[in-house]
Amino acid sequence: MRLATRRRLGALAVLAPPLGWALLFMIVPYAIMFAYSFYRKQAFAFVPDLNLDSYVALLLDPQYSQVLLRTLKIALLVSISALVLAYPLAYFLVFKVKSARLRLFLYMAVIVPLWVSYLLRAYTWKTILGNEGVLNSFLVWTGILSEPSSLFIYNQFSMVLTLTYIFIPFMVMPIYTALEKIPRSLIEASGDLGVPPALTFLRVTLPLSVPGILAGATFTFCLTFGDFVAPFLVGGPDGTLVANTIQSQFGIAFNWPLGAALSIVMLAIVIFILSVSDRFERAGRLDLA
Amino acid sequence: MAAELALPAASPLAAPRRRRRRLDKAGIALGLFVALVLLFLYLPVVVLIIFSFNDNIVTTLPLRGFTFGWYEKLFANSDMMVAIGNSFYVATFATLLTLLIGVPAAFALDRAEFPGKAVFRRIVVLPLALPGIITGISMLNMFRVLGFNLSLETVILGHATALMAIVLTQVYARLQRFNRRLEEASNDLGARPWQTFLFVTLPNIRSAIIGSALLAFTLSFDEIPVTFFLTGRDNTLPMYIYSTLRRGITPEINAIGTIIIVASLALILLSARLLREEEAR
Amino acid sequence: MSILEVERLTKAFPGGVTAVDDVSFGLAEGEFVTLLGPSGCGKTTMLRMIAGFESPDTGRILLGGRDVTDDPPYKRQVNTVFQDYALFPHMSVGENVGYGLRIAGAKRDEIARRVREALATVDLLGKIDAKPSQLSGGQRQRVALARAIIRRPKVLLLDEPLSALDVKLREAMQVELRHLHQKLGITFILVTHDQKEALVLSDRIMVVERGRIVQSGTPSELYENPASPYVADFIGTANLVPARVLGAEGDLLVAAIGEERIQARRGGRDFAPGAEVLLAIRPEKVLLEDRPDALSATVTETMFQGNSLRLKLELGGGAPFAVDLPLQATLQQTRPPESGARIGLRVDPANIIVFPAEPRP
Repeated sequence: MRLATRRRLGALAVLAPPLGWALLFMIVPYAIMFAYSFYRKQAFAFVPDLNLDSYVALLLDPQYSQVLLRTLKIALLVSISALVLAYPLAYFLVFKVKSARLRLFLYMAVIVPLWVSYLLRAYTWKTILGNEGVLNSFLVWTGILSEPSSLFIYNQFSMVLTLTYIFIPFMVMPIYTALEKIPRSLIEASGDLGVPPALTFLRVTLPLSVPGILAGATFTFCLTFGDFVAPFLVGGPDGTLVANTIQSQFGIAFNWPLGAALSIVMLAIVIFILSVSDRFERAGRLDLA
Repeated sequence: MAAELALPAASPLAAPRRRRRRLDKAGIALGLFVALVLLFLYLPVVVLIIFSFNDNIVTTLPLRGFTFGWYEKLFANSDMMVAIGNSFYVATFATLLTLLIGVPAAFALDRAEFPGKAVFRRIVVLPLALPGIITGISMLNMFRVLGFNLSLETVILGHATALMAIVLTQVYARLQRFNRRLEEASNDLGARPWQTFLFVTLPNIRSAIIGSALLAFTLSFDEIPVTFFLTGRDNTLPMYIYSTLRRGITPEINAIGTIIIVASLALILLSARLLREEEAR
Repeated sequence: MSILEVERLTKAFPGGVTAVDDVSFGLAEGEFVTLLGPSGCGKTTMLRMIAGFESPDTGRILLGGRDVTDDPPYKRQVNTVFQDYALFPHMSVGENVGYGLRIAGAKRDEIARRVREALATVDLLGKIDAKPSQLSGGQRQRVALARAIIRRPKVLLLDEPLSALDVKLREAMQVELRHLHQKLGITFILVTHDQKEALVLSDRIMVVERGRIVQSGTPSELYENPASPYVADFIGTANLVPARVLGAEGDLLVAAIGEERIQARRGGRDFAPGAEVLLAIRPEKVLLEDRPDALSATVTETMFQGNSLRLKLELGGGAPFAVDLPLQATLQQTRPPESGARIGLRVDPANIIVFPAEPRP
């Protein structure tokens, strides 16, 4: 029937631009990057002399596996600390704040920093933790320290601190949403059956909020994993993460195949984490209707 | 009978009071914790604002004196002003592109069935969780292969790709809640598809479109990883700040930071007001 | 002069479900026709194909003699009242009602005039500036009606428009719908699963079963002469009693229910002796009589229905049977029979319709 055909043509017209864009600017670039990782570096050019040298270098050269492990460790630490700080915040907003207006205000207060420049927020920690920074000068001024301490910055602690600070709002949002969805009747039922509040939290609230935790943690982990700004600002010499290494391959080191290979590895790890998390989320999704 | 009903606990008046107090303790502890976290969240922002007015090159305590000097230096810094202009240029066109591509994509996901739909959906949403560096590098490789020079335009394309997912997810979520019977009713009453879209669909998804566009604009303004790899000779503001930071801290950065914070706040309030207007309907 | 002709419409949905199976019918101008059937029988799909929201796989739709099968909804002179009203939430009542005219390019004062006229017809003029969210269900329904009639369509389609209203309101709206139909004189097609509604409103009812129209006729025709056990039990209720044909005597058929004999109207059908049949008997057409040739039954339950008493019985062979006794004010109140009592039933043969027994699927 012609009417049905006309409808289908209309749908195709709407579909074409986004599909075309995804193809051109996402699939093709990933494919090219994948191809590049097999190129050979030759003086100032890269030749399509396909080989596995880059990947072999990644596997064998300990500096790369070191960086990779360090990055994974930092990402894990950031995810955990952001979770520890964000969860009680979300819980408080959902369950302890009675007034809807106050709840909205506080929620906005948590989300607002997200809209402020990421670079600036990370930079402010540099000014706070630095040798001549706010924290040191405060401690010296009040006499707690006799001279500035270099303990606060240019190490993994400052990186974790800075990144945790950045990602707390990212954690709060999905956890808040997940907690909000829990029907109060479930919690009331638990209390009605004689279960004390702490156990109700452990047995009822917490498990039901897991999808939110998973979403926030995955997001935080993946983005921290790929960050190069925080190491640059507050990381110090042994604070280079994978992204910085990739950065230098495309910059000073001028070894694009290696950079591409490292990027592919990063891409693979991130996609792996996303699909694992996706599977967990789907398995644990309960119909709360 | 009455004896069986008598509870072994203390008198009924005491029990509720005790229970209420225990709830409060947990709530109060939690509240204190929350206050501390909020303090933690806003401390750097406050520091930034304070030191943008502080008459001192280094950010140390005690405070020295109030000055507008850094703001003056800021506006005299032509490189920075150019960078700001570039950022506006990039953000505007990148946002436009995300709308032009993202809104149809949301409609396609909401309504059409086509082969590869699941894959398409995964791919377009990927840049949300994927570190920007990968988007940046992959597009850099592509531009190189195609022989394009890096410029603000390549940055625009990069931003649009990275931020499309924001518009897509927001508009898609809104479309899912949209009652499609309204479109049928409009059709039924004689409106052609473009009229239905303009008079019925669009007004109802407006808040999602505007909200996500504002967010995309803000994120584009602040974008670093993708920009880093796709930028040519012209800098955007974050790139300028980044390269300045390489050389050392200058307090003008505190000044521009404060301005950005104020502007961001204004944008948030604007988008919140828009959202509330539509929820009220 | 038929205003709407539907020829051999078929539609199947992905998954193999045939929603509409070779349906043809014609409607005269000004008729009030109801498509009646249970959920999922295909009646809504038929309506949507007439409106243009679904395309038939095969078949044609002719409106006023013109083939509109390939016309999109906005080209057809047909308007729909939706089940959930589908009022535009971002427009006022007046803007909703005037929407169709605005699209057609009418002048502003003409739109205003006709909007007021339409709202006056449904008695809702006072709410012209209100938003749909501020209206009650019944009011929203009337706005939907006004919006659909303002463009003076050739056919008005109503998709279960009253199903969201509660009983009293629904009955009031049914009366209003009838008045509206009489006033406007255009063809109405109503889709509903409520047989009482169909009986009250329609000039003609088409009973739909699994994508096919199994009977079409006036309400009383369908009630008194259902074409199948399905129709008999869908319109009103009917006891369907299995029986065996013994023989025929003129226009009467003699059948056996278990060991007992009963006479039924043959109604032009032929049945061979020994054939298995179903006797359709309406509960309110049964009399309690204690005569030797009465049908014997045992009372299992009595249910008070307000204005009648329903007796649930078991016939001789164990077949379930229901009888409705009107509770009237009489000087002599006979006491209703109690559970377990044996009573006699008598039915006028004219009130029994014989159907061939359905083969077991």
